[in-house]
Amino acid sequence: MPYAVETRDLTRIFAGKKKRRIRRKRATGEGEDHLGPVTALDQVSIQIRDGELFGMLGPNGAGKTTLIKILATLLLPTSGQAFVAGHDVAKDPFPIRQRINMVSGGETSGYGLLTARENVWMFSQFYGVPSKVSKGRIDELMHTFGLWDKRDAKVRMLSTGQRQKMNMIRGFVTDPDILFLDEPTLGLDVNAARVIRDYITNWVRSQKSKTVLLTTHYMAEADQMCDRIAIIDNGKILACDTPENLKRMIRTETTFRLEVDTIRDIASFSSMEGVKNFSHTDDISKNRTHLTFILEDEGPVAEILSTITSQGKKVHSLQKSEPTLEDVFISMVGRGFE
Amino acid sequence: MKPATVRRTDLRYRIGLNLRAVVGRSYPRIVGANREPSWIFFEALLPLLGIAAYVFIYQSFGARSFAAAAGNTTAQAVISANTNALIASVVLGGTMVAFWLNVLWSMASQLYWEKEIGNLQLYMMAPMNRMALLGGMAVGGMVMTSMRAVSTLVAGILVFGVIFQVADPLTLLAVFFAALIALYGLGMMFASLYLLWGREAWNLSALMEEPIFFSSGFYFPVGGLFRVPGWGPIIAIIGSFVPATFGLDALRQLTLGSTAFGGQLWIFDVKTELYILVFMAVLFLILARYSLRYLETLAKREGKLTSRHQ
Repeated sequence: MPYAVETRDLTRIFAGKKKRRIRRKRATGEGEDHLGPVTALDQVSIQIRDGELFGMLGPNGAGKTTLIKILATLLLPTSGQAFVAGHDVAKDPFPIRQRINMVSGGETSGYGLLTARENVWMFSQFYGVPSKVSKGRIDELMHTFGLWDKRDAKVRMLSTGQRQKMNMIRGFVTDPDILFLDEPTLGLDVNAARVIRDYITNWVRSQKSKTVLLTTHYMAEADQMCDRIAIIDNGKILACDTPENLKRMIRTETTFRLEVDTIRDIASFSSMEGVKNFSHTDDISKNRTHLTFILEDEGPVAEILSTITSQGKKVHSLQKSEPTLEDVFISMVGRGFE
Repeated sequence: MKPATVRRTDLRYRIGLNLRAVVGRSYPRIVGANREPSWIFFEALLPLLGIAAYVFIYQSFGARSFAAAAGNTTAQAVISANTNALIASVVLGGTMVAFWLNVLWSMASQLYWEKEIGNLQLYMMAPMNRMALLGGMAVGGMVMTSMRAVSTLVAGILVFGVIFQVADPLTLLAVFFAALIALYGLGMMFASLYLLWGREAWNLSALMEEPIFFSSGFYFPVGGLFRVPGWGPIIAIIGSFVPATFGLDALRQLTLGSTAFGGQLWIFDVKTELYILVFMAVLFLILARYSLRYLETLAKREGKLTSRHQ
C-alpha cells in the first residue's frame, strides 16, 4: 500500500537572480558564491503513512514551505521524486489535486467584498463540491470554529484570527484525504490557536484515512499534536521519529536553562569542556539573556556560572529541565529557532 | 461531516467540476463587485466625461463646416448627418472602452494580482481545468462590464440625444457576442503571459490603453485611418489584431447604417467582420489554453506561482 506522502531524495534549488546578485555584490563587496543559487531542499526522503499527523519542525527558511509547495503540485522539484496518494507530483497532478488541500498561516486569500461564507463556498466550487453539500459543511464548520456570527461579514471586516479560521474552514470544506498545513496557527491568540489545534487533532484521530502534514516552528504545537516529527534545517532532514523518541535521543544529556543579565561575550561557552551545545536569546525589554545548555553531565555548570559572574552579570534563575524538542534541535544544530 | 466520496475522474465529473468552477470564479465579479454602489458613478457616469470631450470637439468641427457651407443646403445636410453619426460612434466606442479596460485590468493582469493576494496558489492547487478559471473570470467580467456599459450607453443616449437605428438585431447580437468572446479570449491569452511577467504586467496594461483606443478607433470610425496617407493604414492594421476594432466597426455599421459617412469609413462589410471575429475568438481561446499550460509548467519550474512571502 502506498504512503500518503513519500519523497525520495527530493531536492529543490532556487536560482539566484543574476542582476540582483551583481548589484548586491557591488554594493556589499561580497563574493558571488555567497549570493548564488539557494538549495531549499537537499535530498529529502520522508514517508508519511495514511492516517498520520506528521509534523515538520524547523526554523524559518529551513525548507518546510518549499516541501509543502512541491507536495501541493505548485512547484516542481529540481531532482528526486515526490508522491502524494501514490501519484507523482510532477507527472500526475490531477488525482493529487482531488485529494489534497492546503492552508497557510497568515493567508490573505479570498475577496474582501464577499462574505466569509461566500468565499469558502467559492473555493469549494473549484473542487466540484455540490453547492448544497458545500453550504451544509460550511455552516457546520463555522459553528465548530466559532465563526457562525461572522458568516455574513465581508472578509475585509474580519480580524486576523477570524480570517485564519475562515481559511481553515476552506481547507476542510472539500473534505480532503491529505491536508497540508503550513504554520496554521501563526500569529493567532491562544484561544484561536487552541480551537484550530483541537479540530485538526480530532479530524485525524476520528477518521482513519485522513492525513495531515503540519509544518510549524512552535515546539509545543508539534510535541502536542504530531504522531511523528521530522526536524529540518537548511533543507536537510536531521531526524524523524515520534516526539518521545526524539527527546529520548538526548535524555542521556543534561539540559540547563539560565536567565541572566544581558551578556555579550558568549563565545567562551562553546569551547568549554562538557558543553555539547548551547543557544541564547536576548530579551531586550527586560535586559536579560536566556541561555540553554546541553551538557554531557552537570560538571561544567560551575564554570558556566563563574564565567557569567566574572563579567559582572547577575544570574536570575538556573533550572535543570527535561529535554524538549527545542533541546533536540539545539543538540543537533547547535542553535535555537530564534 | 459527510464522509468523502470516491474520487472520480470520468468525463461527466470533469464537466460538472469545471462548470462549477466557472460559476464559482464568476461569482465575485457578478455579485461581489456590484455590492458597492459607487461603481455607478465611477464606472458608468464618469466615462461620460471622456465621451463628452470627443462629442464637443466633433460638434465644434461640425458647426464650423456647417457655417462654411452656408447657402448649400445639401452640403449642410450631409455635414449634419456626419456629425450626428460621429457622435453616435463616440458614444458606442466610449461604451466599448469599458470592455477593453476590463480585459486589460481584470483579465490580462488579473493572475498577477491573484498571486499578490495569495489566491493564485489556491487556484492552481485545485483540480479544475485552468480554462475554467479563466472562463469564470471572463464570464464574470462580461456580465459585470455589460451592466456598466449599458448604463454608460443609456446615459450617453439621454445626455447627447443620440439615435441608433437597429435594422438587424440578431446580427447585432451575434457581432456583439463574437466580439466579446474574441476580446476576452485575447484577455485569457494575455493572462497566461502575465503569469510570468509579474510587476511588468501593470506597465504593459497601462501601455495598451491610449494607443489601442486610437488604433482600434474607439472614438472614431477606424476606416478613417486607412485614408490617412503613410502611417494611417499601418496603425489601423496593427489595431485590427484587437477584436474590438472589427467589433466596433461592425456594430457601428449595424446601428448607424452602412451608408453612414457615405459608406467610406468602414473596413469590411458586416458579414466579413463577423467571420473574422469568430475566427479570432476560436484562435485566441486555443492559444490561451496552450500558452497557459506551457507557462504554468514554466512558472512551477521557476517557482513563480506563489509570492516569495507565501
